[in-house]
Amino acid sequence: MTSKIKINDLNLFYDDKQALHDINVTVKEKQVLSLIGPSGCGKSSFLRCINRMNDRVEGIRIKGKVMIDNLDIYDRAVDVVSLRARVGMVFQKPNPFPKSIYDNVAYGPKIHQQCATKGDMDHVVEKSLRRAGLWEEVKDRLDHAGTGLSGGQQQRLCIARAIAVNPEIILMDEPCSALDPIATAKVEELIDELREKYTIIIVTHNLQQAARVSQQTAFFHMGRLVEAGETGEIFTNPTDERTQGYITGRFG
Amino acid sequence: MTKPSKLLKKRHRRETRFRFYGFATIVVVLSLLALMLISIAIKGSSVFSKAYIGVEIHFYASDILFDPTDPEGSLRKVNFRDVIYKSMALNGDLKGMSRNEVQQLISPGAEFMLFDQVRQSPLMIGGKYLVWLLASDDVDYFLKNPESEKKRASERRLTNAQMTFLLTEQASGKLQHKFNWLFFTEGDSRSPELAGIKGALVGSMLTILVTLILAFPFGIAAAVYIEEFAPPNRLVRFLELNINNLASVPSIVFGLLGLAVFINLMHVPRSSALVGGMTLALMIMPTIFIATRSALHTVPKAIARAAEALGASPVQVVFHHKIPLALPGILTGTILGVARALGESAALLMVGMVAFVVDAPTSIMDPATVLPVQIFSWSRNPEQGFEDHTAAAIMVLLLFLMAFNLVAIYIRRQFEHRW
Amino acid sequence: MGFELVFLTAALIAMVCVVIAYALLTPSSQSYFSSVSRKNLTSITIVGLLSLLLYLIFLTHDEDTPAIRWSWVFFIGVGLWAVSWVLYKSIEYRARRRILEGLIRGTLLFSAVLAVLVTFSIALSLIYEALRFFEFVPILDFLFGTRWSPSAIGPNGVGYFGAVPLFLGTFLITGIAMVLAIPTGLLCAIYLSCYASDRARNIIKPALELLAGIPTVVYGFFALVAISPLLRNTGEIVGIPIATESALGVGIVMGFMIIPYIASLSEDVLSSIPKALKEGSLALGATQSETIKRVIVPSAIPGIMASFLLAMSRAIGETMIVVMAAGYSARMTANPLEAVTTVTVQIVSLLTGDQEFSSPKTLAAFALGLMLLFITLALNLVAMAIVRHYREKYD
Repeated sequence: MTSKIKINDLNLFYDDKQALHDINVTVKEKQVLSLIGPSGCGKSSFLRCINRMNDRVEGIRIKGKVMIDNLDIYDRAVDVVSLRARVGMVFQKPNPFPKSIYDNVAYGPKIHQQCATKGDMDHVVEKSLRRAGLWEEVKDRLDHAGTGLSGGQQQRLCIARAIAVNPEIILMDEPCSALDPIATAKVEELIDELREKYTIIIVTHNLQQAARVSQQTAFFHMGRLVEAGETGEIFTNPTDERTQGYITGRFG
Repeated sequence: MTKPSKLLKKRHRRETRFRFYGFATIVVVLSLLALMLISIAIKGSSVFSKAYIGVEIHFYASDILFDPTDPEGSLRKVNFRDVIYKSMALNGDLKGMSRNEVQQLISPGAEFMLFDQVRQSPLMIGGKYLVWLLASDDVDYFLKNPESEKKRASERRLTNAQMTFLLTEQASGKLQHKFNWLFFTEGDSRSPELAGIKGALVGSMLTILVTLILAFPFGIAAAVYIEEFAPPNRLVRFLELNINNLASVPSIVFGLLGLAVFINLMHVPRSSALVGGMTLALMIMPTIFIATRSALHTVPKAIARAAEALGASPVQVVFHHKIPLALPGILTGTILGVARALGESAALLMVGMVAFVVDAPTSIMDPATVLPVQIFSWSRNPEQGFEDHTAAAIMVLLLFLMAFNLVAIYIRRQFEHRW
Repeated sequence: MGFELVFLTAALIAMVCVVIAYALLTPSSQSYFSSVSRKNLTSITIVGLLSLLLYLIFLTHDEDTPAIRWSWVFFIGVGLWAVSWVLYKSIEYRARRRILEGLIRGTLLFSAVLAVLVTFSIALSLIYEALRFFEFVPILDFLFGTRWSPSAIGPNGVGYFGAVPLFLGTFLITGIAMVLAIPTGLLCAIYLSCYASDRARNIIKPALELLAGIPTVVYGFFALVAISPLLRNTGEIVGIPIATESALGVGIVMGFMIIPYIASLSEDVLSSIPKALKEGSLALGATQSETIKRVIVPSAIPGIMASFLLAMSRAIGETMIVVMAAGYSARMTANPLEAVTTVTVQIVSLLTGDQEFSSPKTLAAFALGLMLLFITLALNLVAMAIVRHYREKYD
């Protein structure tokens, strides 16, 4: 499998505070990479570097390279708007727009003008909702408000919305932390299916979830990438003692 | 990702345009505001310096019959206008001017000022002194608008002879501009050069005092009761709704209420600071109420719980803990309410404060006027001089309001906790 | 003054006797005096000496000016307070606490009730006077009549009080003001909440609040001396006759006054939209303006609509700008270039004359005031209802 994302010497500063130190990591295509580590160690900040959501924060400085398909996304010539059509994001707390279910999913393709006719759009909406495992539950009420769904359904709606623009990479920031166990199980199942088509990076606090869902794992600690590798290896045979400590629950 | 398509370019262009529109709107709005304030300032600033003509006045004892046993009475009988004219006629620069032309140069107020001077130091009688006499309104206008002399003779206010005289005096240093303290020490008057805002300022202060005394305690007490002690039943919610609605009632309606209830029913003297203060108190009480409630609301419940856990009674929790912490918000709301009352005119028109009031009120029962209403009355006066005065009075009012607002902002920044 | 002096002196001596008797005779107060702290003793002594001093001063100044009268009131008040404080301190703590709590709650309740009585008295007094008016002029004639000439002599022996031209004038001017203020205010609010940096917002928002605090006389003055003449002169140059007191001039200035109001309210609404919605849209690759137009503003519509209604209510109730710059002639026209009059102008005009209070002209002002109250209250209630309804739907 080819490497989709390559990060070289990434350093992130909020004014004078340094949040990320010399991050180097490679993400393979069509695989799930999970980012684990104690709270506040920079996992979310790192994730937001990949779709340049950090750009809008005041006082932020980024050094280093983030390469997607061998192209540095922080290069001047790169258009952020089209980058984000290729790199989708799902947030910790489900945030569907106060619009109908249909409009929620259709929003992305509409602004990027990806569908020429209504028929195309209907097709895209149905395809995305099916892939997100939500179609059967909502097909009769596409015009109802997206905010009227349950927590788990809302999150799957957000996933469908992210998929609708046909991205190559999906970033997920603790997508299940606001959901109950049944909804969580459904979303994890979904992630497993999605990796056939998309490269997924998921930040999670739940070590068991990381073990279940990902093929690659990276452990972050105090803004540094301590260790990264095959999930199985990291969990059973970590090389660094900090990784060992976190996994066995000695801290975190 | 690197070669933006035409669509993408269009989207970015739309984005830039939109952002520009927003920015431009704000800039335009703020500039228009600045323009308005600056034009008022320019118009009003001319009021603050007045022209004075230096004349050597001969205080002939034969003209000024002073009786030491009745200083005021005897001096009042003196025709100071003649005294002035006599002394001015001695000035060689006045050649060729009729008596009328000479007298037109000096403001009628100058006579009164001379009277005042002699009354204060009667020893001046018999001697001759250089006195600075307040120039008339026409002179003032000419000096500040020199291009007016280019108008047709029928439109001009001063004759050629008068204008020549003034320019000569100016050259020889006998014409001076002094700061117009009169504006602050005199009340309203029919002649613009004598008109001042003292009456209005005192009236405003008395009215605001009454307003504060009435609105502050009731507004806060009502808010504390409803926020802290009232049972959450429908009656209380109805009360709340009514007070909130009160905050958006137009001010003129409060004026009507003042007229119907305070003046007609309770026979409070019309146009007094008392009735004005009562009316305004009604108007700003909801503001204080709402500010107090929201200030109490932002105090974290954790503090109240901690106090309760230590055994404090509900009253103690509120008075020892919540109110002190909510005080910055309460004060800010009060100050803003008072600022609003200071600038209020519509309600006070209804209770009669638009009368022509010359002397400053000495008690809250005397007829009074307030600064915004004074501005309104002056603006209806067609004489040119009053337009300047209106602008000057506006400047004073805005200065007061700005001071109030800055104090409120300062309190908010310094003392407000960030929970 | 002599009699009052004697009376007050007697009252004071009586009070002092009561206190002393109580202190000496009741058992609980004996324990109080034994445990009284030095601070309490000092304060009692100071209050007592002050009162004595004041008393002696007034004994020697036997004048009857208001100042002396108020000083007597103060003096008595201090005396009463001192006595009640002594009595209060002698009661056992828990009982004392309960009395105090009850007293305070009672006082607060009283204030709240008083505050509300005010609301009712407004409506009641207006309704009462308006009803008296409707004895002179039937209510239908008032509401639907198209001729407004209070000073003329009509069929009933009183003037013509048809209020339709007034309503028309009010809505014409308000309409012009809204057309100017709504897009401007909204755009300002959007820029302020979505584009401006923190530093810029810290300067602009207070500037807008200052703008909103400028008294309306100032705007009225500006309309009178600058805007109306400007419009009239421009009309002359272009060849269109624009009245000196045109609705357009007044409407423009009123719109300008309303802009900071709308901007401030709308900005609050826009800023309260959860950041998550904004981020969700941006993460999908939308530009900032697309996010604003398609996600943020649509979500904020209820609050924004409410702010429009509140601003409109303010414009309708506005008095000074219209009194200073609008006309007094009631005309049935929708032409902004003509002079019209409004409800508030007529209220002022009807009451600033020397009529007696019960003449139909004065009472007409109250009828108009009642109309004004209804309209503004209705707008406010609708605004609140909109916010409440949509908050339930989207939360």
